[in-house]
Parts: sequence; structure tokens; C-alpha cells
Amino acid sequence: MSGTFVGMPAFPRAAREAVRDTTLRGNLRHATRTIRDKRARAVAELDDWAALREAGKQIKDHTLRHLDRYLVQVEEAVTAAGGTVHWAADADEANEIVARLVEETGESEVVKVKSMATQEIALNEALEARGVHAYETDLAELIVQLGKDRPSHILVPAIHRNRGEIRDIFRSEMSEWGRPAPENLTDTPAELAEAARLHLREKFLRAKVGISGANFVVAETGTLVVVESEGNGRMCLTLPETLISVVGIEKIVPRWQDLEVFLQTLPRSSTAERMNPYTSMWTGTTDEDGPRTFHLVLLDNGRTDTLADEVGRQALRCIRCSACLNVCPVYERAGGHAYGSVYPGPIGAILSPQLRGTGSEIDASLPYASSLCGACYEVCPVAIDIPEVLVHLRERVVQGGPAVRGGNRVVLKPAKGHAAERAAMRAAQWAFTRPGALRAGQRLASRTRRLHPRTLPGPGRAWSGSRDLPAVPAEPFRDWWQRTRGGKDGAK
Amino acid sequence: MSSRERVLGRVRRALADVPADARPYEEAVARDYLREHGQRSVAETVDLLAENLADYRAIVHRCAEEELPGLLARLLSAHGSRTVVVPPGLPAQWTAAADVTLVQDLAASTAPELDEVDSVVTGCAVAVAETGTIVLDGSPDQGRRRITLVPDHHVCVVRVPDQVVPSVPRALERLDPARPLTWISGPSATSDIELDRVEGVHGPRTLEVVLLGGS
Ligand code: SF4
Repeated sequence: MSGTFVGMPAFPRAAREAVRDTTLRGNLRHATRTIRDKRARAVAELDDWAALREAGKQIKDHTLRHLDRYLVQVEEAVTAAGGTVHWAADADEANEIVARLVEETGESEVVKVKSMATQEIALNEALEARGVHAYETDLAELIVQLGKDRPSHILVPAIHRNRGEIRDIFRSEMSEWGRPAPENLTDTPAELAEAARLHLREKFLRAKVGISGANFVVAETGTLVVVESEGNGRMCLTLPETLISVVGIEKIVPRWQDLEVFLQTLPRSSTAERMNPYTSMWTGTTDEDGPRTFHLVLLDNGRTDTLADEVGRQALRCIRCSACLNVCPVYERAGGHAYGSVYPGPIGAILSPQLRGTGSEIDASLPYASSLCGACYEVCPVAIDIPEVLVHLRERVVQGGPAVRGGNRVVLKPAKGHAAERAAMRAAQWAFTRPGALRAGQRLASRTRRLHPRTLPGPGRAWSGSRDLPAVPAEPFRDWWQRTRGGKDGAK
Repeated sequence: MSSRERVLGRVRRALADVPADARPYEEAVARDYLREHGQRSVAETVDLLAENLADYRAIVHRCAEEELPGLLARLLSAHGSRTVVVPPGLPAQWTAAADVTLVQDLAASTAPELDEVDSVVTGCAVAVAETGTIVLDGSPDQGRRRITLVPDHHVCVVRVPDQVVPSVPRALERLDPARPLTWISGPSATSDIELDRVEGVHGPRTLEVVLLGGS
């Protein structure tokens, strides 16, 4: 996985910086609390939620267990429907395939709909190096791209930006990329959305190549599914002549009928809606409707290494709903950037170290970026036991042991005494000494006793280094919000 | 070795520890969930559709077959539309009373041309009551996907109760995956700015749904 943010400090240091930033904390807290209450209501509407969750888990487990067979079935079905299938063992291969496909069209611009997989492989940067400019078209991704920033949430990548900041970014940056922001742009969300609509429309209307990911790929039919809200996905999927979809090999579901589970659990878990505004489904190409050429790039990039780990492989069930981020007390305080990966929050803490290995400081520290409160497991619509995987990965960091990297069996050395271990221990201190983080996890005592890190160093040592942590900033969020929300002065 | 062989080989090695599982797909997944939520009469299902459509800011109308041309004429005029794109299989009498220029849905027309059109009128394949969703499948009365995307005003006619299903599982049973499908639940929206919902980003900012027939 090449999506490591270059120069990213290990989790505890990054988290500490984030906590000092009151704006960031305020934005995050408002956002995650709003969405988690809404999610709870959306889920409560379905009295068979537990059964849907269990079915989702079983469908994904069954697929992973027979993944070789289903991959071949996807290839056959997509090919039969007029698409072309490519296989990429790692990020470089995937980027090379996509760059070549774009070059073959003769275009130097592509429009993109938000996709975790293409962020993970740093596709935009790879295309830029080949002279191809990729325009992000999701509003939040646009904010991130214009602000030369990094996404901080799976679903709402600009969750760390408030409206005043967004207006400033639009005013100063839009003109460099195309249609400038209107002269008198204010910071009301409706006006900001309108500015984005106008800015992006000219790009959609002339786009010849679209790039997407997919939420699901149905093996028996070769159907791809993209779930979205704004309509930028539909634009990218239907207006261009060529469509290239980069999809992780874990996105497969065996049958058409399986969508009936995920189309109920995904929107309610992610945006807390009964259904998201737009869902597109396409199977290969359709005569005279939509792209004439369709390419599917099947991406491994560490997924098979993850599949080789009996405990860790459950992370591949993830449908990227982001519910676990919104309930995580550590995420709420640290923010998405501290996780040093396109996958933040609890899922990032178990996915990144598996996709990338635990060789770097940031990846070794991620399994400790949690208080093991278990809230993430409870909301997960595919029942990934994130605390269980975290404890397992902690053991691996500290004790080493067998693992698979790049398809090869290796024996990891214990991190003991290395920089990685120190980073990991600091992360543990950080997570365990956030009083709020612990308070939010009242189930901690009962549920996670068995999961408590057997491998943490003596409590005295582990818990003591925290005294220099900055106190929580003095201005309570409520006051901050009242002070800045109505104000037109962009006060922070 | 090709990347295809490499990836498939890695998958097989990764699963080497997994005990052979001969259980077929049918047994591997317990489908203990409901096919639909709650018990409703046909009329109640249509009411729920109307309620959920409105909840996500679609504008809902009801009318009988003979009232449709008049209603569509009123909706288009109220929106100030002068040009309306129509799919080839849309019944001609539906738009007969409207004082608008009809634009045909042609393979040759370009996205910038469509961007000049004020409205689009279509039928639908299926509507889902529990979620307030309409689904288009590119049939002749629905047209190419882009005609319901680029114009800013979409009027979608749903035949009730025939095209209404209670739930997502029931909808999938009726749909053909080989067709390009678009599921629409309210006008396009974003919550990307401080999680405030704003209607209308790139898709049509106004979605009107006409429930046709029934009583
Ligand atoms: S781990 Fe579960 S809750 Fe978290 S994003 Fe993935 S599916 Fe959603």
C-alpha cells in the first residue's frame, strides 16, 4: 500500500497535534455526534437489523473463503458483458494499468468519483506524473483537493473543515483549476454547494474519461454498484466515453440477491439515511447508453496478505460505511489525519497495518490507537470484531511471528526496543490516558477485559509518560460553536 | 507469471489453512431477515411511498390517468420550463397539453446540449415504499441514464400500485441486472459541509414524482 502520507508522524504525535487544534476538534465532534445519533435512529427503524448484520457477515465470509472462484467468475461475467478485466498485484501495477488506459484514449484529463481504492494507491499523483490531471468531483474531495489537504474521514473527507474555511478555499483556489468561485460567495452551505456545482459542471460536460471505484461487484452477473449522494458519481459513470473502475478484490458479493442486505445496511450505517440519493448499477457496457469502453482493474495491494491472517482477515468484510469512525472516542479527539492513511479510525487501525505491514512507526503504532471500548464492533454492519484484531496486531508488533508480506511467508521480528515499539507504546499511552475516551467506553470493563493488551509494558511505565499531554483546551465546544456559527467573520 | 496468476495464487495460499468448506452458498448464508418490514395493504404501501419520497424532499403528486396531461403541463409551466427531454417510449399524450418544445433522447445528442434543456419527464421501473426510492432501468419510457441526470428538473411518473414494491428485497427481485439501473431517493444532496444537508448538487435539484392511478 503506497498511500502512506509521506513524512507522517506516528499516531501519538499526530494525535497530540490534532488535539491542540480546537477548530479541528470542534468540527469533528459536531460532525461525529450528529451523524451517530442519526444512525442510531435509522438503524432502529429496521427490527431485523441483527439478522441483516449477520447475513452481511456471512455473505462476506463465504465470498472470502472462496475468493479465487468468485474472482474468476467476476472476470468471466464482466468480459461477457463487454468489459475488460485487468489484475493488479500492487499499487504500482494498478497505477500503471490506469495510466496506460488513459494514455490510450489520448486524453490528459479525467474526472473521478470518490474512491478509497484509488486514494490508497495514490492514483492521482501517479497520473499527474504522467501528465494526466485527475479532477476529484465529490464535494468533500474537491474541498480537500483545492485545499491541498488530506482526507480525514471515509465518508466526509473534509469533516475537519468548517464552512468559513471552505469558503476561503473556494475563493482562493477555484480560479486556478477552472471556473472561479462567485465574487460574493458567503459561507452558507447552499451557496458553497452551488459554487461547486458550477465549477465542476464544465468538467463533467467535457470529460472523456471517468475513474471510479465500486461498493460492490456481483460475481454471478458482473454488475458493479456505486452508492453516492451528490450525482457526481452518475456524471462520472455515464457521461464519459471510457470508464475505468479500480476495485479491491474484497468488494465481491456472489449473487444479485446479496445486494438486498447491503443496500439496506450501508446507507443506514454511513449517512444514516433509509437510502442514499443515488445508486448506480451497471454491467459491462450498454449500447448507446453510457461509456462505450469499460475497464475493471482488480486490486490486491496487500489484501491477500490480510486474507492469510486468520484473525485479521475479517477486516476484509468492511463495506467502508464509516460508522466505526463516528462512534470512536479516539477518532473524535485525534481526527482522521493522525492515522496516517486513507483509512482512518478503528477500521484504519486494523486495515492499514495489515495492508502495509507494521514496519513503519505509524503502522506499528496504529493497533494501539484505541481504548478497546468496543463501540466500533457494535455498530459495524458486518460485525468486524475490531478490538479482537487490534489485540492480535499488538501481539504481532511486540512479539513478532509469522505473517505474509507481498504474497511471501515471512517471520516478523519482535519490535522490542525498536522505534516502532516506542511509537506503539506512546500510542497506547495516548489512547489510555484520554479520560473522555475511556469514559465513552463504559463497557470497557466488562467487554474488553479479555482483550486487554497482554503485551503492554507494566502499567506504571505505560501510563506515566502522559503528564506532559496538553490539557483539553479551555473553550468548550458549545461556546466555540455559538461564537463562530452565526458569525460572518470566519472566527476560529 | 501474469498478475492474474500471482493474485489468484496468493488467494489460494492465503486460504490454505481454512478447513475445506463444502457448504454451498445456499447454506452458508442464513437469510433470517425480513423480505419486507411490517404488514400493509396495497393502499398503505403507496401511502408509505408518498410519505418517504416527501421526507427526502421529492415533491409528490397524485392523479388519475386522464388528469396526467393537465398536471404535467402545470408542473412544467410552474417550473418555467420551455424545453423538455422525453424518452422515445413515453406515451405522447402525457405531454400533449404542455406548452413546451420536446427534445428527443438521441444517441447523438451531447451532454452540453442536454445541459440546455430545462426538464425531463420519464416513467420508472419500480418504486420502493420503505425507502422512498424510484428505480430507472433504461426502458423505452425512461431513456438513457444521462437524460435524468443533466437537466435540473426531473418529473417521474410511477404507476400505482403496479410499480410499487414494499422493500429493497422486493425491488431487486423485479429488476434485471443486465440493464443499467439508477436508484433515486430524493434530489441529489450533500452533507459534506458541516453535515448540513443541502439539496441539489450535480443531479436534478428538483425531483417531482407523480403517482399515477389508484385512487
Ligand atoms: S469496519 Fe465496519 S463499521 Fe467500520 S467502516 Fe468497515 S463496515 Fe463500517
